Amino acid sequence: MSITALPATAARERRITWSWLGILPFILFSLMFLLLPAANLIVGAFQDASGNFTLQNIVNLGQPSIIRSYTLSLQISAASALGGVLIGFALALATILGGLPRWVRPTLMTFSGVASQFAGVPLAFAFLATLGRTGLVTALLFSIFDINIYRGGFNLLSFWGLTITYLYFQIPLMVLVVSPALDGLKREWREAAAILGATGWQYWTMIALPILWPSLLGAFLLLFANAFGAIATAYALTGSSFNIVTILLYAQIRGDALHDPNLGYALALGMIVITGVSNGAYIWLASRSARWIR
Amino acid sequence: MKQSRFFPWIGFIFGAIYFLVPLIATFEFSLRMQRGTYSFKAYQVVLADPGFQASFSYSALIALLTIIVGIALVVPTAYLVQLKLPKLRPVVEFMTLLPLVVPAIVIVFGYLRMYNSSSWLPLTGSARSTDLLLVFAYVTLSLPYMYRSVDTALRTVDIRTLTEAAQSLGSSWPRILIQVILPNIRVGVLSGAFLTFAIVIGEFTIASLLNRPAFGPYMQLIGANRAYEPAALAVIAFAITWACMGLIQLVASFSPGQKR
Amino acid sequence: MAFLSIERITKTFGATTTVKGVDLAVERGEFVTLLGPSGCGKTTILRMVAGFETPSSGTIRIDGKDVTDLKPHQRKIGMVFQAYALFPNMTVADNIAFGLKVARKNGAEIASRVKEMLELIKLPQVAERYPYQLSGGQQQRVALARALAIKPQILLLDEPLSALDAKIRVSLRDEIRAVQRQLGITTIFVTHDQEEALSMSDRVCVMSEGRIEQLGTPFEIYNYPKTRFVASFVGTLNILSGRVSDGAEGRIVVDGQEIVTSRGLNGASTGDALAVALRPEALSIGRANGSSNNLEGTIDEVHFLGSVVRIRVRFKESAVSLDTFNRPNAAPPERGQPITVNFGREDILVLEGAPN
Ligand SMILES: Nc1ncnc2c1ncn2[C@@H]1O[C@H](COP(=O)(O)OP(=O)(O)OP(=O)(O)O)[C@@H](O)[C@H]1O
Ligand SMILES: [Mg+2]
Repeated sequence: MSITALPATAARERRITWSWLGILPFILFSLMFLLLPAANLIVGAFQDASGNFTLQNIVNLGQPSIIRSYTLSLQISAASALGGVLIGFALALATILGGLPRWVRPTLMTFSGVASQFAGVPLAFAFLATLGRTGLVTALLFSIFDINIYRGGFNLLSFWGLTITYLYFQIPLMVLVVSPALDGLKREWREAAAILGATGWQYWTMIALPILWPSLLGAFLLLFANAFGAIATAYALTGSSFNIVTILLYAQIRGDALHDPNLGYALALGMIVITGVSNGAYIWLASRSARWIR
Repeated sequence: MKQSRFFPWIGFIFGAIYFLVPLIATFEFSLRMQRGTYSFKAYQVVLADPGFQASFSYSALIALLTIIVGIALVVPTAYLVQLKLPKLRPVVEFMTLLPLVVPAIVIVFGYLRMYNSSSWLPLTGSARSTDLLLVFAYVTLSLPYMYRSVDTALRTVDIRTLTEAAQSLGSSWPRILIQVILPNIRVGVLSGAFLTFAIVIGEFTIASLLNRPAFGPYMQLIGANRAYEPAALAVIAFAITWACMGLIQLVASFSPGQKR
Repeated sequence: MAFLSIERITKTFGATTTVKGVDLAVERGEFVTLLGPSGCGKTTILRMVAGFETPSSGTIRIDGKDVTDLKPHQRKIGMVFQAYALFPNMTVADNIAFGLKVARKNGAEIASRVKEMLELIKLPQVAERYPYQLSGGQQQRVALARALAIKPQILLLDEPLSALDAKIRVSLRDEIRAVQRQLGITTIFVTHDQEEALSMSDRVCVMSEGRIEQLGTPFEIYNYPKTRFVASFVGTLNILSGRVSDGAEGRIVVDGQEIVTSRGLNGASTGDALAVALRPEALSIGRANGSSNNLEGTIDEVHFLGSVVRIRVRFKESAVSLDTFNRPNAAPPERGQPITVNFGREDILVLEGAPN
């Protein structure tokens, strides 16, 4: 038996090796164009101009202007992610569980697919044309309701302005991400809860939301990272004058705005740490809150 | 159980307004170039601009190359992971999701440090090699979408049986992939391709930092210097995104699984 | 007055009427099964009793009280669904306790009731497990416990066994029946499996296309099916099409041969088409004398099933199946052989409704 088994094992081993060879390009690619570049920055963050180890770059992140830009970035990302999650969830709920006609859902899905990818420079143009100083909505609000939103303190190049602009792709992204999770809610759960005497509120708080919670959390993080790394929209709206961390980094890369290349690496490290930690937190929270999913 | 449809309708209508108003406003704005009357002047100006034509065709070409490289990279990987190396699935999936987490600006910053003209692999040394780097950057950027589309498509066909059938007829590995597997997952591959196109065509950050004459930086430049052309560009960009998504749906509706 | 009475209910979805005027009275403590093919409206009836659907017309009464327009939880009903509808985010104990918790019962009461329920379903050891850690059969037993924990007046079960494999299905149906007897709870059970229906129920209600075809004890349904539909859906009855040759004397011509029924053919006139049914166990091989009926045909098929040999005998249009015991020392019958079968006059069941 061992005599016949031997060649078979050898053949299988050879095939496995071939398979490894087949995904080698992918592994090499992700190393060279994803992992190593990021690792390279991390190393750079702990080096001085002549390549010696230092913590000075990290310390330098503490200067007020950098702290301010991180704070603003975090605020905008968190606000647009939270808004996107809440509104997108409500919208998905309304169309999937709200008993609306059949055509509504595919319409919303197609539109969300488009709008979630409609970001970057053109989105800035669209919002300038809508809510900019000469934008259509700005003008309509003024001529119909006599409200001058710019006199009232609104500015497209502000926390609120950027958050509203980001919501344009955050909400549809949420709709796309959360729809499969909503489809996973079985009608029987709702009916079993109802016949056992639960109110709609109790069904949502005791059953549906606990089941959806990991998906919602994951969606929030995806949206957060999506906004945190975004730059094109803000840059096209403002040029380099708006102080969010990606724009600061962009200016630093282009023209050495901080006059210290290694501080740029530290800036990038900070961004990696923030997205990394939030994803770690997600994995931890999800595994704790969803012990019931295997 | 009966339920009121009032709030769902309100929600849907609110959503529709939120998404349509900026589009309408942009379109209206783009028509205002000639004082006192609506016209398509802004579009004429934009489309006639040699800068537009050059940057758009450059980006389209880069997008095409990105799609080809992306498919060549993702299809064999997803296929092998599903068929032979299921243990690697978590690793590969993690890798493909990473670009959603690590911001594009960080990745390109890393490239600039790693592949600068005095490094071991001076990809940014010449224009052609920087183009190559741009393609690789875009492959990275579209990895999550491409991988997901292909992986989902592979799940719906019985690749094991297909592979064994092809093997029993004496096909070699590359032939199996190209002649047997690829046609069976073409819907997923095409979806990934169109999505990639939509993402890449107007990308700004990476192209700008690598100093390539792409459509994204061109749009940004126009935005900084002109009034009405940006709105026209936004409408054009939206139409391109819409076309890509429409093509995905069209391809999906012609999928063999649904017709047979 | 029946405990649960369903009075002339109909249900229309858009253009199609799914339930067409159903009357059903269930006594207190009775176990009634709705049996019928897929799509005949069983689930719809159950959902109207539960309160998930509102009847288009008709009334539902529980214990004399009109509940047609009450909300599900106001009806004191327990329900078990086909797919395991346990809440996946809760342990078994929390699932069972759910109805008591939302009713704001106190902790000690809930704990003791949960314990009692777990013992009732013989699964005291799984209290702290999550549903995904249970087998399908265990999940359905927990679902039963959850439904019963709130002490409902009526228990509704919608194909609770159909997702399980055959062996567990048989043991679980005995268990469900035992629990039902122990609690004496009025129960409606839905299935499309006739063996399940016959073995479990006090009465079976055979349905087809939104109507009740026949309501009776398993014995009545099996032995005296009233319609051709019931005869063909329940058991393995042989159905023969014929014409009345003499209504008063009960004479019927089947494929040119005359048979006589002892039950008479009330109201049938000569030449009427009709269908009769014969149970396989009423048929024997060979010519019988006296008042028995004889039919001559040829052997169409022979299936050797071990201890039993099943033979299919064809006349001209009609055919019957019958079982004979295997005899090792006699040659088995062969295809194409001529054969005569006989059966008693009282074994002929005349079916209602026009034969098709
Ligand atoms: N909400 C609904 N809207 C429209 N049609 C429905 C609805 N619910 C049920 N029907 C239709 O009513 C008919 C009967 O359905 P029902 O679920 O009662 O059948 P059933 O006897 O339980 O069948 P099965 O054995 O397959 O469960 C089906 O044709 C079904 O399509
Ligand atoms: Mg049913």
